[in-house]
Amino acid sequence: MCATCGCSEEGHARIVDMDADHGHQHHEHHHHHDHGHEHSDPHEPTHDSRVVRLEKDVLEKNARLAERNRGWLDARGVVMLNLMSAPGAGKTTLLERTIRDLAGHPPVAVIEGDQATLRDAERIRATGGRAVQINTGSGCHLDAAMVAQALHALDPAPGTLLMVENVGNLVCPALFDLGERARIALVSVTEGEDKPLKYPYMFRAADCMLLTKTDLLPHVGFDRDACRAAARRVHPGLPILELSATSGDGLDAWYAWLRHPAAWTVPPATPEAYAP
Amino acid sequence: MHELAISESIVAGIVERMGDARVIRVVLEIGRLSGIVPDSIRFCFDLCAEGTSLAGAELAILEPSGLGRCHECGRDLVVDDPLVTCPCGSVDLEVSGGREIRIKEVEVL
Repeated sequence: MCATCGCSEEGHARIVDMDADHGHQHHEHHHHHDHGHEHSDPHEPTHDSRVVRLEKDVLEKNARLAERNRGWLDARGVVMLNLMSAPGAGKTTLLERTIRDLAGHPPVAVIEGDQATLRDAERIRATGGRAVQINTGSGCHLDAAMVAQALHALDPAPGTLLMVENVGNLVCPALFDLGERARIALVSVTEGEDKPLKYPYMFRAADCMLLTKTDLLPHVGFDRDACRAAARRVHPGLPILELSATSGDGLDAWYAWLRHPAAWTVPPATPEAYAP
Repeated sequence: MHELAISESIVAGIVERMGDARVIRVVLEIGRLSGIVPDSIRFCFDLCAEGTSLAGAELAILEPSGLGRCHECGRDLVVDDPLVTCPCGSVDLEVSGGREIRIKEVEVL
């Protein structure tokens, strides 16, 4: 059976789970000549085989679990944010400072993702914030199933602002919806200003970018305008905040952003889920 | 290396749908804007398929492009790269498609 047009030969069963998406087939054909590797069509099954059309989205299970997490959080009046960056951009330090400064208005809880150790969760706990740690082992990102487990362990109280500190990685976490209300990408001034161009998927997926460690700007020759331009190159209109968790510069704008969920992308089920 | 997790999901998804039927060929669609590297999937797929009903299955990967519409000049263009610039110079494009990560079909005995 030909997978494109459905022409069938005698004796071959054909099971169609979903209609073919002709819009995409145009591109398949368009690009076949670009690649020396396998072609889907035409393909002739052997006489004793059959082709089963699945049209199954590989991330569908994660998306479903993420949606379930979002519903669970909305029902509780808990807002969850997903913080992502390269290792060392200052996620944990910013969370420590944020928890201390907000001082319970709203209460902040943290889901920490790292390959190993409880160090970050211990740092959060030392600030008085609630924290659970996910150790992914060999895993390079958090997924919705891991977060679901963490949510049940954490059992956040209504009105909690829940921060997920994803595994330090600018590649993989961009792909996995956790059930968050917004995604925040951090870049520190000790990194290259072209990070958004080199990791476009992350910065396109982000709802807000934080440029961190700005207290170091006099020492590192970082071109903040070039970094902003790079971010807007991959994500026109991306909100960008500059801050330093050490000096406190820019934190007021960060807290204002946190307190105005209307500026975020994924609409809330309950608009005033928490009241700072 | 999210391709390993993706490959695990692909194998698990097929086993879930096809049961014990021996799978001899798998056709995937991995869009050029999906953030997934097809060569890494090829590498991981064989590892994940080992010991399952997919062991030894041939893997075919289609790589559809995205379609972009420029917010400045209204032009439609094929988008094969996350950093695309419209001939008018704008980078502000509305992109659809090209992000597929999909199991299209399998051939079973």
